[in-house]
Amino acid sequence: MRFAVLVNAGPYQYQGADTAWHFTRAALDGGHDILRVFFYHDGAYNGNRLLVPPQDERNVGARWSRLAAERGLDLVVCVAAGQRRGVLDAAERRRHGKDADVLAPGFRIAGLGLLAEAAILADRFVTFG
Amino acid sequence: MSTLHTVNRSPFEHGALEGCLARVRPGSAVLLIEDGVLGALDGSRFASRLGALAAAGVELFALGPDLAARGVEPARLAPCVGVVDYAGFVDLACRFARTVTWT
Repeated sequence: MRFAVLVNAGPYQYQGADTAWHFTRAALDGGHDILRVFFYHDGAYNGNRLLVPPQDERNVGARWSRLAAERGLDLVVCVAAGQRRGVLDAAERRRHGKDADVLAPGFRIAGLGLLAEAAILADRFVTFG
Repeated sequence: MSTLHTVNRSPFEHGALEGCLARVRPGSAVLLIEDGVLGALDGSRFASRLGALAAAGVELFALGPDLAARGVEPARLAPCVGVVDYAGFVDLACRFARTVTWT
């Protein structure tokens, strides 16, 4: 089965990003495909590589990067949601004249079209947060 | 169309479960996750409604890891509510034709 996952929740404020990560991993472990994970609204904060939680605590953002590296996930941060929250990649940083880009490894920035595409192409579309 | 409804808010502070229970149809399922698992407690004002929905053919589940994180033993749940883990969540998402998130 091919899943598309939408994450609307930021890290640490509420549990949605955690649940989405556990669901995604369980789906992969079950032999399913994750077509795309799309981060929208406060979910964009999951793509900030500068998160520094206490060392004995899970790193919600880095955990996504690790899962993407290990399992080949397409992690997409909504460009407009990311801009509002300072989650920029190098291209967005230059375009807006900012001095830093913070997008975490394994993530990319794109428009809502990729959310619509994922929802259309996937067998199941699951929203978290 | 058979639907898996997920509810992630406590029904004691949010209307997500109310909205879900008003619209769920026989042949579909409700999975309570995150703070939503509190809606499955036996003896709460939601328990009898859950029982009636189950009798009408709505499947009811709560996410085990979220119960454990809140110190809720499965024995404290309304008897019509089953417990699944994340793999079970994935299986439910496959078994039902679509997923609707109440938040």
